[in-house]
Amino acid sequence: MKQQNCDVLIVGAGPAGLSAACAAKDAGASRVIVLERDKRPGGILQQCIHPGFGLKYFGEELTGPEYAERFIVQAKEKGVEFMMGTMAIDFRENVCVAVNGDGVHAITFGAAVLAMGCRERTRANLVIPGSRPAGIYTAGSAQRLINIYGRNVGKKVVILGSGDIGMIMARRMSLEGAKVEAVVELMPYLAGLTRNRVQCLDDFGIPLLLSHTITEIRGVDRVEGVTVAPVDENKCPIADQAFDIECDTVLLSVGLIPENELSKKAGVALSGITKGANVDSFMQTETPGIFACGNVLHVNDLVDNVSRESELAGRNAALYAAGKLEMKDTLKVVASDGIRYVCPQTARCGQKDVKLFFRVTAPMGVTELTATCNGVQLARRKIQRGNPGEMEFLLIPEVPAAGEIIVTATEK
Amino acid sequence: MTKEIICTVCPTGCRITVEGEGTQITSITGNGCKRGIRYATDEFILPKRILTCSVKLEGADRGMLPVRSAHPVPFDKVFDCMKVIKATTVSAPVAVGDVIVGDILGLGVDMVSAMSIEKAGE
Repeated sequence: MKQQNCDVLIVGAGPAGLSAACAAKDAGASRVIVLERDKRPGGILQQCIHPGFGLKYFGEELTGPEYAERFIVQAKEKGVEFMMGTMAIDFRENVCVAVNGDGVHAITFGAAVLAMGCRERTRANLVIPGSRPAGIYTAGSAQRLINIYGRNVGKKVVILGSGDIGMIMARRMSLEGAKVEAVVELMPYLAGLTRNRVQCLDDFGIPLLLSHTITEIRGVDRVEGVTVAPVDENKCPIADQAFDIECDTVLLSVGLIPENELSKKAGVALSGITKGANVDSFMQTETPGIFACGNVLHVNDLVDNVSRESELAGRNAALYAAGKLEMKDTLKVVASDGIRYVCPQTARCGQKDVKLFFRVTAPMGVTELTATCNGVQLARRKIQRGNPGEMEFLLIPEVPAAGEIIVTATEK
Repeated sequence: MTKEIICTVCPTGCRITVEGEGTQITSITGNGCKRGIRYATDEFILPKRILTCSVKLEGADRGMLPVRSAHPVPFDKVFDCMKVIKATTVSAPVAVGDVIVGDILGLGVDMVSAMSIEKAGE
């Protein structure tokens, strides 16, 4: 085993890992190593060739690769070291074991940042009945095949799920000359961002079927069609209202799952709701010295937020490695009325300018968002429209010394 | 003519109703702020979109190069632009921002590279 030492070790060179690496360097970490299993950095942004990135962070509308490149250039200028084609396979105390073409490496770190991103939910996870013809892809796989390998994925498409990736691919495939027959969504509301509904579906006249699902996929060697049915209030298909759509391709955009196998090996406690680690407002997991950020922590909508949260993780990891991270007590952050979950799950007393990110449980009209502690209001904001598919936040000026922070969303 | 528009300037997504004919707008209602008026006006008169897609790339370790229109192009020209782009091939190395198709279809907008990529093996 090849031995190495570093101050901050980062797993993943996607947007989360890149921002964490830059921030760790800025905070004084001497040696920052980023492990990445792909051959080049950028993570999922390499295949997200569509625009909409950087509106908040840079005030510009960039494509995924352009956004990634800004941070890749910065990281290299700051002296971040990259080990590409390298897979982290285990954590043992403060050592990370990784494998690449040169063999097995044992890297001792002062602090580590988990930034592995997420994977897509598959047909097997959903248990859609039918035979197993060619032509069924997760939306991200289709995106990779088209945008990186230049493959033609299909000609007549039905998309299950109104998540952002599904909508983005509806547009992408339409531009490539395919006919997208429909986007089928189980819930009575859009899963992804409204701007994507407008620019990916409405622009191309693609019908959005809310409260519907695919009940069967037909075809032997290749997909020949799907059966679609409306669902009742219990999400059960109403069989006698089912209808068929002829198609040769089905794309699944039905959820992302943080990729935490490595976190489990590191003994990091995970949240049952986000499927990512429980963290404090330093972005530190319950295992001291191990931090988490980006989609591996909780699935985000905007990469701009990922960059900000990852800067925090990287900075604090560097401080921890230098023995300079002062760890005061934590308060529990409670997801109360109208809130599905809050990240971070705990907050460090006395910390200033803490952003609490959360999602509401259902679509809401004009909504008041509040964070209170011991009856004292810490933050309050009114939004015009609440949507589970669009993450919100509240800024806490200073975390109190005791109590619990309760976050609520109340429709007015 | 009446056009129903969902504004995409901010996450609120105001539903805006625009009435008018051609380039003459007679009324705009439903916007939550001034930015919505600008957005709805542009959408009514001439919807424009940033066009992104990929171009065949030779000599790199990746088969396709992501490209983008440097500025939004009229939406009704998008499929014609795609025909031009799909007939194009680029060779590595390429730098982000390099012009791949200049002044596409005479619309005054360049298609530029969205990624820097070196020659394979470098």
